[in-house]
Amino acid sequence: MTTPDIQLDAHGRLRHFLAIEGLPRALLIQILDQAERFAPVGDRAVKKVPLLRGKTVANLFFEPSTRTRTTFDLAAKRLSADVLNLNIEASSTKKGESLADTLRNLEAMQCDMFVVRHQVSGAADYIARQVAPHISVINGGDGSHEHPTQAMLDAFTIRRLKKRFDRLRVAIVGDVAHSRVARSNIQALRTLGVPDLRVVGPKTLIPPGIEAMGVTVHDDLDAGICGVDVVIMLRLQQERMQSALLPSAHEYFREYGLTAARLKGAAADAIVMHPGPINRGVEIDSEVADGTQSVILQQVTYGIAVRMAVMSMAMGTQAQTGAL
Amino acid sequence: MLRIRDGRLIDPASGRDGVADLWINGSHIAAIGRAPRGAGKVQEISAQGLVVCPGFVDPGSHLREPGYEHKATIASETRAAAAGGFTTVCCTPDTSPVLDNASVIEHITQRAVVAGAAQVVCLGALTVGLNGEVLAEMHALKAAGCVGVTNLGRAVTDTAVLKHALAYAASAELTVFLHPEDYWLARQGNMHEGAVSTRLGIPGIPAAAEVIAVHRDLTLLAEAGVRAHFCRLSAGDSIKPIADARRRGLPVTADVGIGNLCFTAEDVGSFDANHHVRPPLRDSRDRAALRRGVKQGNLDIIGAYHEPHDADAKAAPFGLTEPGVSSYETFLPALLHLIDEGAFDLPTAIAAASQAPHRLLGQPGGTLEIGAPADLCAFDPAARWSVTPASLKSAGKNTPYLGQTLTGRVRFTIVGGRVVHQL
Repeated sequence: MTTPDIQLDAHGRLRHFLAIEGLPRALLIQILDQAERFAPVGDRAVKKVPLLRGKTVANLFFEPSTRTRTTFDLAAKRLSADVLNLNIEASSTKKGESLADTLRNLEAMQCDMFVVRHQVSGAADYIARQVAPHISVINGGDGSHEHPTQAMLDAFTIRRLKKRFDRLRVAIVGDVAHSRVARSNIQALRTLGVPDLRVVGPKTLIPPGIEAMGVTVHDDLDAGICGVDVVIMLRLQQERMQSALLPSAHEYFREYGLTAARLKGAAADAIVMHPGPINRGVEIDSEVADGTQSVILQQVTYGIAVRMAVMSMAMGTQAQTGAL
Repeated sequence: MLRIRDGRLIDPASGRDGVADLWINGSHIAAIGRAPRGAGKVQEISAQGLVVCPGFVDPGSHLREPGYEHKATIASETRAAAAGGFTTVCCTPDTSPVLDNASVIEHITQRAVVAGAAQVVCLGALTVGLNGEVLAEMHALKAAGCVGVTNLGRAVTDTAVLKHALAYAASAELTVFLHPEDYWLARQGNMHEGAVSTRLGIPGIPAAAEVIAVHRDLTLLAEAGVRAHFCRLSAGDSIKPIADARRRGLPVTADVGIGNLCFTAEDVGSFDANHHVRPPLRDSRDRAALRRGVKQGNLDIIGAYHEPHDADAKAAPFGLTEPGVSSYETFLPALLHLIDEGAFDLPTAIAAASQAPHRLLGQPGGTLEIGAPADLCAFDPAARWSVTPASLKSAGKNTPYLGQTLTGRVRFTIVGGRVVHQL
């Protein structure tokens, strides 16, 4: 099992948010419910609640990110926290400072929360085991391991639009092997009770033994999305062509790209999701990305409320009632 | 004259298993049972309740000196070896400078003599700088005392270079220690490719990386006519081709590291860097096959493959840590645990840890017979002890057993008739 021991305190409350794996269903539901309470904040004239006033959140991004960093930044600011944005890739580590030393220095600046993105799997787990006990660590994506806030915002989006999880058919399509989004979504949707969860992609992009995570595997897109209620498309990185996992973006699009015609094979009211940034004409056709079934931009909006929920819960200051 | 009283002597070489006194005269075993004639002045050590057996041999110890003294030194590690019951260890050539010339060997040998604990023999580099391109001066290495040559896990990717290196080692009459791993399949990986690597999102090393290299190496070494030893097999499917080659008469032996007999990829759990090892821990089927391999004699040797590290080497996310486990001092309890689980019996374990590696290295010892070198250890199979940084003599505290209580402890170790460790 991954990290259930350090994510929760003795009373089962969230201390760090590192991975979906190991978290109980009730806690995931609690995060979604909290996010529902935070969602209206973004629509108000004054988009702020005082839950993290006086707290300092450090965004530690060891690999580049725009969307995730920005939404964490916004989420923290809407909770009234002070935010430090550190693009560490460009600073300390290039000067030879070790990760442990970087952390010591940030602790010395009396931060209360680290939001971490790192290119190596297990980085958030490692950092959570290193930091002083009062600091919460939120995983903003570690290597190919997990991206738990993305999974929660995807679950939030699905619940808003599909109401319940226990009759859903969901397909995750694309580069599952290298995707932390896929792993976190599989863990979250299994925990939330999705009975039919599929991964779809060429055998080179489906990691061995993934069935053990509770999914069925398809290498044919039409069979894989047949009748599904939700299609989650994954981003395809250009490196995959260089490492001989795929012949070309062109062929990938022909076999696995989601077009309006192929989407017809899914349920009539199926929604299309994507963690972004999208590659138009590679994994998804513009007609679908911009079409009526696409909820890609709603995902981004909901991401802020979900991150507010996770951050406030990890700091032990969640909203008690609907009144914010 | 040294008398070891009342120990249970287990000597797989002679089939002996029973309580008796063992007498040491100078550096050799003089008698078993009654005192030899002209015993003269006698010193005594009680071995009551202890098992006395020939000392263990590690076929691949990373002693870190010269070049990596911040991790460990020959002095610290030969003392740790003695504390684990090892009387001889093979120093691997990944020192800095690389052990590819005689002067480094002289340095290491001298340091080991000064330390005065476990004996050190050297494995020379197969290629200069372990770079897989230019052959090392194998005749010179042999003359300087190397017991074999190896390129360790640094795969020789150029098959022609490997073919030539094996042929050249054959004419130098050196045993080649092979660490089979296909470079291309393994180069990006950090753990066994399977359900656990998939769950953790860690790049995998498929079992095929090893099995392919075993087949390639067997083909080449048959042609070269060289004596070869396969080190640290991790995949169950590697065993049969080697056993088959042996039946065809090829001079081939094989070993397994103690960690691969005890653990699987599941133990990596939540990114435990103390289980980051190369070759990786594989699945439970592989582990069962490796245990069977020892029991049936297809895997001759169980190695410690001691790899001490400084704390910083493991202070990072899993994939960025250095692989290896400090394993001398937990070797015996791990063996006893395997016996407890029914993997094999105690004489088989002692033969695999002592008799077989002595034979591989062409060194006398590995037996308690009269006239053999007095290289032996005595252990309490029931003693319980806690693994803490302070309880380990090794400078490397990198072990997955940290914080655990283990059963089985070496009480004393004798090298060349001299007590080099006593608790």
